[in-house]
Amino acid sequence: MSWTRKHLLDIESLTADEIMIVLDTARAFKAVGQRAIKKVPALRGKTVVNLFVEPSTRTRISFELAEQRLSADIINFSTEASSFKKGETLKDTALNLQALNADFIVIRHSASGAPHFLSRVLEAHVINAGDGAHEHPTQALLDTFTVRERKGKIAGLNVTILGDILYSRVARSNIWALTKLGAKVTLCGPSTLVPKTFEQMGCRVTHDVDEAIRDADIINLLRIQHERQRKTMFPSINEYTQLFGLNKARLARTKPDALVMHPGPINRGVEIDSEIADCDRSLILEQVTNGLAVRMAVLFLLNGGKGPQGVAGN
Amino acid sequence: MPETTVILDATAIQRALTRIAHEIAERNENGAEVVLVGIPTGGVPLAQRLGKILAEIWKHAVPTGSLDVSMHRDDLDQRAAPKIHPTLMPFDVNGKTVVLVDDVLFSGRTIRAALDALNDFGRPKKIQLAVLIDRGHRDLPIRADFVGKNTPTALDEKISLRLVESGAAQDEVLLKKQ
Repeated sequence: MSWTRKHLLDIESLTADEIMIVLDTARAFKAVGQRAIKKVPALRGKTVVNLFVEPSTRTRISFELAEQRLSADIINFSTEASSFKKGETLKDTALNLQALNADFIVIRHSASGAPHFLSRVLEAHVINAGDGAHEHPTQALLDTFTVRERKGKIAGLNVTILGDILYSRVARSNIWALTKLGAKVTLCGPSTLVPKTFEQMGCRVTHDVDEAIRDADIINLLRIQHERQRKTMFPSINEYTQLFGLNKARLARTKPDALVMHPGPINRGVEIDSEIADCDRSLILEQVTNGLAVRMAVLFLLNGGKGPQGVAGN
Repeated sequence: MPETTVILDATAIQRALTRIAHEIAERNENGAEVVLVGIPTGGVPLAQRLGKILAEIWKHAVPTGSLDVSMHRDDLDQRAAPKIHPTLMPFDVNGKTVVLVDDVLFSGRTIRAALDALNDFGRPKKIQLAVLIDRGHRDLPIRADFVGKNTPTALDEKISLRLVESGAAQDEVLLKKQ
C-alpha cells in the first residue's frame, strides 16, 4: 500500500500499515544522515512554515534541520516575535502564511486540536508538532522507530511509560502507536497523574513502579510538566523522585536488556538519575538522531501527490 | 484485454548480460577502476549478475552497490510518495568508473535522478550506463552505453523484468499491451 494522507495530525487516525510506511521510509532517511553529503533535493522549491505558538527547542530544531536536509525553504514563526501578541487569530495568521504560498505548516500549539482546525481551513499540508495535551505524533513515530531499530520488533514487547501521563501528548501518541503495533503498554506514576481512565485506551495502569518496570523491555520516562499543571498533583518533587524516579537500584531489578527512553528535556535527579541517562542502556540521544530521520520521512511522504506509487523506469 | 508476450527468456537474458559484460570489459581496460551500481529494484540483481561475469573475465572481484534514486526524482509531488529502497555504496566512487545498471530505459528521468544521487557520493572519473532493455520514448538527452535489447514500444505498453532473485519462477522479460 502507499501513503495517501495530506496531513499528519495525530496517531489515533493512522493504521498500523501507515505507521510502518513512515518507519520504513525513516530508515532510508537515517542512512542519508550518515553520508558525507546529508542533503537531498526532495522538497526543493517547497516552503515550510514552522509555526510554533508554544515554546519548543528540540522539536523545532529537529523539524528545521529535517526541512533543510530536504532542501525546502523555511520560515520560522514563534510566539515571542509574532502578531499573536498583537491580537491576530490563529486562522488569520495561517491564512497570511498561506498567502505567501507556504506548502507545509508545522504547528505547535497549546490548544488541543489546533492542527486539525488549520487542516480544515488551509490548502497547505499540516503537521502536528504537539497540540496541548492531545498528541505529538512525530515523537511517537520516532519512539517506535527507535524501539523497532533496537529490539527488531514492536509486537509483543512490554513498554512501560512512567511519569506525568495525564498532561502528556507524548504519552497519548505513544499509547496509540504502540497498541496499534501490538505492544503491551503499562502506565505508571502518581494516581493523580495516571488515572485509571487510561485503561480505556488499552493499557494497564499501575501505581507501583517496581511492578511496572519488572517485565518491561522498554521504559519510557516522561518529564513532570509543571507548565501544564494548574494545581500541585503530588506533594513534592523530592517525593516524586523517591517514589517514581528511575535510579540504579530500580534499574537493577529490571530485565537486563530493558532499555530506557526519554523524549527530553530530561530533569537529571528528578525522573532519571544522571548515571542512567548516560549509561549504555539509555536511548535518549538515539531518539534525537532518529527524530530527524522520522521528520524527514513524514515531510517526504506528505509531499507525495495523488496517483499510483510506481515510479520505476517504465 | 491485456496481451502479454515474452520478449526475453532466461537464456536470452543471460546471453545479453554476458555480451554487456564483455562490452564493459572491452571499453574499460583497467577493470580495477570499475564499480557497478544497480538502480532498485530491477537494476540491483542485474548489477550483481554482471559483477559475477566480469569477475570471471577480469579475474578479480568487482565492487557492486545499489543506489536508490527516489529522493532525487523530479515528479515527487505528482504521485504518491515512492517506496524507498536501500542504498548500499560500500566503496569510494571518487576517481572510479561507475557503471549504472537498470532494467528498462524509458523516459531517462530515473537516470537523470541517478546521476544527481551519485553526485552526493563523490566525483566518479566516468559514468556509463548499462540497461537490459531500451524501449525508446526518451524525455531527456540520455542514452545507454550498453544495451541488452532495443525494443520499440507503444506508450501504453509496459515492460516488466522478472528474475529468480526477486522470487519469480524463471527469468523473463514481459511486454504487456494494455
